[in-house]
Amino acid sequence: MEIPYTISTRPDTGLWNAKIGIWLFLASEVMLFGGLFSAYVFLRLDAGPGEWPHGLLNVPVGTMNTAILIMSSVTVVLAWAALKMRRYRAYWWYMLATILCGVIFLFVKLYYEWPQKFEHYGVFLKPEAREKYEQYLGNHRREEKGLEPRIEISGHLENREALTDPNAKEYEIGLDPVFTDPNNPANDRPHFLYVPPTDKVAKIEKEDVGRIDSFGPWHSAYFASYFTITGLHGAHVLGGVIVFLYMWLPVSKKVYQRNPEHLANRVEVAGLFWHFVDLVWIFVFPLFYLL
Amino acid sequence: MNNPPDIAQDPAEHEEYAHGVHQHVSRYLIVGAVLLFFTLLTVALSYVDFGGFFSWLFHVHISPKTGGKLNIAVALVVAAFKVSLVGLIFMHLAAEKRLIYRVLIFTGFFVLGLFWLTYLAWYNPITR
Repeated sequence: MEIPYTISTRPDTGLWNAKIGIWLFLASEVMLFGGLFSAYVFLRLDAGPGEWPHGLLNVPVGTMNTAILIMSSVTVVLAWAALKMRRYRAYWWYMLATILCGVIFLFVKLYYEWPQKFEHYGVFLKPEAREKYEQYLGNHRREEKGLEPRIEISGHLENREALTDPNAKEYEIGLDPVFTDPNNPANDRPHFLYVPPTDKVAKIEKEDVGRIDSFGPWHSAYFASYFTITGLHGAHVLGGVIVFLYMWLPVSKKVYQRNPEHLANRVEVAGLFWHFVDLVWIFVFPLFYLL
Repeated sequence: MNNPPDIAQDPAEHEEYAHGVHQHVSRYLIVGAVLLFFTLLTVALSYVDFGGFFSWLFHVHISPKTGGKLNIAVALVVAAFKVSLVGLIFMHLAAEKRLIYRVLIFTGFFVLGLFWLTYLAWYNPITR
């Protein structure tokens, strides 16, 4: 027996099976990401002064990735429209563009943004030792201005062996630009362009250090939520790319030849998923990169 | 049971239908351009010191912390606008069947409940 309503719509609901299926799935996805975003809100509201970092991500790269996802949302809906107009060739190209956008997005995340974080270190100073490093922190001025204090000094860890060597007395940090000129009002807010750590090295005695961590999920509640949410989002992008790849390969042309509407419906539901992934990113981008 | 396809196989009738889809294409392109524009806008707005701007405009003191909250509010308004464009146009929610709306109303109810629980946990009446 053939399954009813795979292509045509059910008279009472006006929907075909996969359409209602994907929306139920997306409803569960809303709850999944909703839980994580509410955790983000909770962690951020509860963060103490200076504990929620700002401006640690590369904004131009994030903006580019946002644009890539938006463009892929356009190409996938154009792919669907091409199928509806029975233009398989155009569909094929739009689908290829969508797949490439997804792959570029993942590539930038996995080979550029994430690895950079693991090479970047933040030294959290003991509260009583902050005064000693005032020249890097500029907290006197920040207190006057009503700004949150700086509680860590970040940059490139020049002597990595100090992490494990018990005889090493200090960490040598190639400072991030903000710590070379902490009292400059221009450094009160994050910069648009990313500037790598400078040549200026600060020596921080181990006994003044509360803890030292790279910018991985262990660094702070901020990076923990960043890696969790962008990781789960990246897994969704990967899933979407795999499904699109299947719909783009010759195997799906057979479906098209049998009944073009069947492939159009498949692309529509996969597209709905893809738009949802785009929609999540529209919130992720400002919440983690800009604010 | 054998299902007839959604669209008439008659070429003349399909021609008319395809013409309707064709008109949608330009709408998708415009929405895509608007979304790209608002992405750049949200980046630009995040560098505007709204606290400083409003304290200058209304001659009131606004702390940097409150100013930061204004920036968050502005960014979320822009994001909400972008998300509604994606939902209404790309996901066809502007004209969808009633059952889908019912599913989404349920979802909205539960996700708001989830955020409300977060609020309760944060605003802990026992320790605060």
